Amino acid sequence: MSSFKDAGHLFRFAGLFVLAFLVFLVVRHYVVPKSFGEYGHYRGAAIGDVAAHPVKFAGHETCEGCHTDILDAKKNGKHAHVNCEACHGALANHANDPASVTPVKPDTAVLCARCHTASAAKPKGFPQVVSSDHSNGVPCETCHNPHSPAIDAGGAK
Amino acid sequence: MNVSRRQMLILLPAAAVAWKSVLAGTPEDSPNYRMSDHWWGMLIDISKCIGCGNCVRACQTENEVPDGHFRTWVERYHVTDENMVSPQVISPDGGKEGFPAAAEDAGKYFFVPKLCNQCAESPCTQVCPVGATFVTPDGVVMVDQKYCLGCAYCVQACPYGCRYIHPEKHVADKCTLCYHRITKGLTTACCETCPTGARQLVDLKNPKDPIHEFLKTHSVQVLKPQMATGAKVYYNDLDGSVR
Repeated sequence: MSSFKDAGHLFRFAGLFVLAFLVFLVVRHYVVPKSFGEYGHYRGAAIGDVAAHPVKFAGHETCEGCHTDILDAKKNGKHAHVNCEACHGALANHANDPASVTPVKPDTAVLCARCHTASAAKPKGFPQVVSSDHSNGVPCETCHNPHSPAIDAGGAK
Repeated sequence: MNVSRRQMLILLPAAAVAWKSVLAGTPEDSPNYRMSDHWWGMLIDISKCIGCGNCVRACQTENEVPDGHFRTWVERYHVTDENMVSPQVISPDGGKEGFPAAAEDAGKYFFVPKLCNQCAESPCTQVCPVGATFVTPDGVVMVDQKYCLGCAYCVQACPYGCRYIHPEKHVADKCTLCYHRITKGLTTACCETCPTGARQLVDLKNPKDPIHEFLKTHSVQVLKPQMATGAKVYYNDLDGSVR
């Protein structure tokens, strides 16, 4: 043991390191978020933050829960697979509070043209019209029911 | 109990570590949603896209994407017979309000909707200096907006140009694959509003998802496969000229 007799300064120095390590652990505990490293090198709770974003498009199942008449009108037509909010816009507010939030009826002159204006860039089989030749300014819904657009399938509602 | 100073010094850090694990929080879960059951991606059928811009508008509404920035956008390619390798590509305001008229005669046109490819080996997450962007256990690439410094390394690293710095929050922002919707059993806002079914959310871990049959029976590609990003946005009928 004689060789250790003057080793006190080493232990004091080592003590400093241990103290610094403890301070590091305490600081780390307060600085690093609790969920950091839960799934990887990131804050696990961030996933929950993203998932907490409010929903604005209610989804067609929600619409169909009440508007069964429209579902029936659509089901055999060309628009059977066009979801409600593709045309009517985001309506989760309406679904949450149908009494006070009334959706605005879309303007067919703008709405129909978005998809059906003729363009060489569109897939060839997709129904397209040059509106000035096709209807000469008559609103689309005069002849077509937007929920089932083929004219022989019912025409104007 | 008689504990020497040395034993105490050994015990303290051990106790601190133990206490930390006791305090470790759990993330907010959706009740019937288990991350380990899903592996999300998307299927885009080029031959069905009509370039209406519904997806771009819906994404902007759903996710409050600032004007002039895009989490998803639509490009229109124009490939002529003379120039197959450098096609003309336009995306006016992300295709949000549609596209200008196309000349009838020259070459071929098609639309390519783009969004974050939700790469499994994503280059963007690898460059983040602070661990603010990551791939979730269910395969969605996300940004932790509380942690992000806004250094934009990830914006540069993304080979597909899918990230931007949010002009007000000054942090990186990108497609979350509508994580707030898909964890509740809804589809993404872009898929919900696509009138032709050109975009479909897919869950590769769901054995009943039609994607499995589709991948077996169609010529499906991902963008920039040579970069080995593990992209999970699958394109059907993708032209070779698409970059």
